[in-house]
Amino acid sequence: MLEILKQSNDPGICMPLVEAVLEKAKEFQKKFGRKPAFMEVCGSHTMALAKTGVKQCLKADVNLISGPGCPVCVTDQKSIDAMIALSDEDNRIICTFGDMMRVPGSNKTLLDKKIAGSDIRVVYSPIDTVTIAEENPDKEVIFLGVGFETTIPILTLMVGEAKKRGISNFSIWMTTKLVEPVLRYLLEAGDVKLDGFILPGHVSIVLGESSYNYLVEEYNMSGSITGFETAELLSTIYKLIDLALQEKTAIENNYSSVVSESGNKVAKQWMETYLTTCDEAWRGIGVIPNSGLDLKKEYDLYNAKKRFKVEVGEPRKTKCRCGEVIRGLISPSECHLFGKACQPLNPIGPCMVSAEGSCAAYYQYMRESL
Amino acid sequence: METFINLAHGDGGELTHRLIRDVFVAAFGKKDTALFDAASLYIPTGNVAVTTDSFVIKPIFFPGGSIGNLAVAGTINDLAVSGARPLYLTCGFVIEEGFPIVDLKKIVIDMANEAKKTGVTIVAGDTKVVEKGSADGVYINTTGIGVYEHNKGCSLAFEEGDAIIISGTIGDHGIAVLTARGDLGITAPTLSDCASLNGMIDSVLQQCGTVRIMRDPTRGGLATTLVEIAEDFQITMTINERLLPIKQEVHGACDILGFDPLYLANEGKAIFIVADSQKEKVIDILKSCPEGKDATIIGSITSKGKGQLLLETPIGSKRMLNRLSGTMFPRIC
Repeated sequence: MLEILKQSNDPGICMPLVEAVLEKAKEFQKKFGRKPAFMEVCGSHTMALAKTGVKQCLKADVNLISGPGCPVCVTDQKSIDAMIALSDEDNRIICTFGDMMRVPGSNKTLLDKKIAGSDIRVVYSPIDTVTIAEENPDKEVIFLGVGFETTIPILTLMVGEAKKRGISNFSIWMTTKLVEPVLRYLLEAGDVKLDGFILPGHVSIVLGESSYNYLVEEYNMSGSITGFETAELLSTIYKLIDLALQEKTAIENNYSSVVSESGNKVAKQWMETYLTTCDEAWRGIGVIPNSGLDLKKEYDLYNAKKRFKVEVGEPRKTKCRCGEVIRGLISPSECHLFGKACQPLNPIGPCMVSAEGSCAAYYQYMRESL
Repeated sequence: METFINLAHGDGGELTHRLIRDVFVAAFGKKDTALFDAASLYIPTGNVAVTTDSFVIKPIFFPGGSIGNLAVAGTINDLAVSGARPLYLTCGFVIEEGFPIVDLKKIVIDMANEAKKTGVTIVAGDTKVVEKGSADGVYINTTGIGVYEHNKGCSLAFEEGDAIIISGTIGDHGIAVLTARGDLGITAPTLSDCASLNGMIDSVLQQCGTVRIMRDPTRGGLATTLVEIAEDFQITMTINERLLPIKQEVHGACDILGFDPLYLANEGKAIFIVADSQKEKVIDILKSCPEGKDATIIGSITSKGKGQLLLETPIGSKRMLNRLSGTMFPRIC
């Protein structure tokens, strides 16, 4: 498998692809008098496009816009503040993905709280949280459930596991997000002119290719599901430009090695069993109806929002423009704070610290690029 | 003998005496130098090199080594890459009450074996015991003493075109330790590269006299070490992503976990920057040593006057590599 992935980064394969994409892009410009523009929905794609140098290579001829695909970044500030405030009580253990630790709250980060003595643990596998709860029956163990459809099935698995083991001191603070409602929001808002979406790889493993049909049927918009290696990214961009040139729209599955037509049926079944849709507030956007999933009423025992009351005030106002970055309205470097007041060690907004954040990708891989 | 360390092992009385006799002297041997509160050492002519390092790694035992091997090899390597010949080591232990004495013995034997392999003598030591919860198992500090030999070492006379060489695969130690902690939910069959490099480095210096610079890319990995060299000496270095030696299992683990092998710790690798005319010779010498069998050229100094490190991607674009900014890694050394 790794050998195959290695080929995806082989210059012998990738260099001609770069040339082919540039040629197609020039053809597009000649025909339409502007650069083709695509949005990468997924934060990991933003990172991969920056890290592999694809974004840099195509900069002059293809407009690649980062979208709302970093789960930590799209979580609104009040929700972030509430999750940080959860750690204020002594008898709690807060478990989280590492990404959340440095995300700036209005006053403190989880890392600040940990240093000050709160019991906050980074777990690599969320299911470990259930074991931590089992080992600490006198503490309330809360997992910070931030994520898109890639993560959501794992959250349901945790609830199933806690139920099976008869653990009652485990709960999840659900603040999950769904891809479809936010893509619909962006298309309906129409603030960004797009010729197609670079569709997420991991989310699509769960959702399947057919879940994007609405893009073509209702919005006349193309999309291409892709992986994260250089050749995969380049071939997806090529296909999207080609579709646009032919003035056709379609959903391409350029990641068919792992993404099927209908997705992961088991994961979808879990979500249906445990979860129901709910309104979610998105950073820079506000509440989008039915854009998240929450635990069904019968699982209130595992729903931290039902079990613990957290009071937080209005979030501190900053000049951070993460909200506009997420919507693709500006690139990170257009924010006055970028790289100056806002850096990974001193972040003002979440996009600078998340491993999938656009600002983090630009700072790490495209700052003063040559 | 007791099974676990208790506070009395650190009070200077009978238990301390027994601990030193049964664990430390048993492994390190009894030296004439131990008759006084300070060791008296012979140092050959030349400037003396001194370095110190503390080891707090978790887990204490990991695939390919232990905190004992690491505490000796790490300090020896700091001396060796500075161009000095390592001669003596001291060691200080901070042990948590309740630490199993059988584990302490294993660690001390690993230290003795590592020192023996390298011809370095452990000449002084200290043991302190702290209350349970005040430390995590055992911490070790080692101080190394070496000597700079005439006409050998690092010239620092960098030129455009100088080659950048790494003595083997990168990221092995980082992934071995991260997976050994067991909280990643993956098991990669990766061994730490933990090794003393003074023999290999001596071979290079014996045959080449001087190189431009040598460094061991430990914490922060290859990228951080090269960024430091670039900034310290105001040189632009370009390394080629395709030429980086990375084991498949390290590459795979990094892909899954989102780590970058360029920033993962190494404990048995050295970077050599050498004149372009010397590069093949240095590679041949390194490849003749077991620790350098995978040595390879990864890039070159592309200009002088601006301190930066560039990475050339497989599609020919270049991007700047910077120090890691606040990514969380567990304790790895």
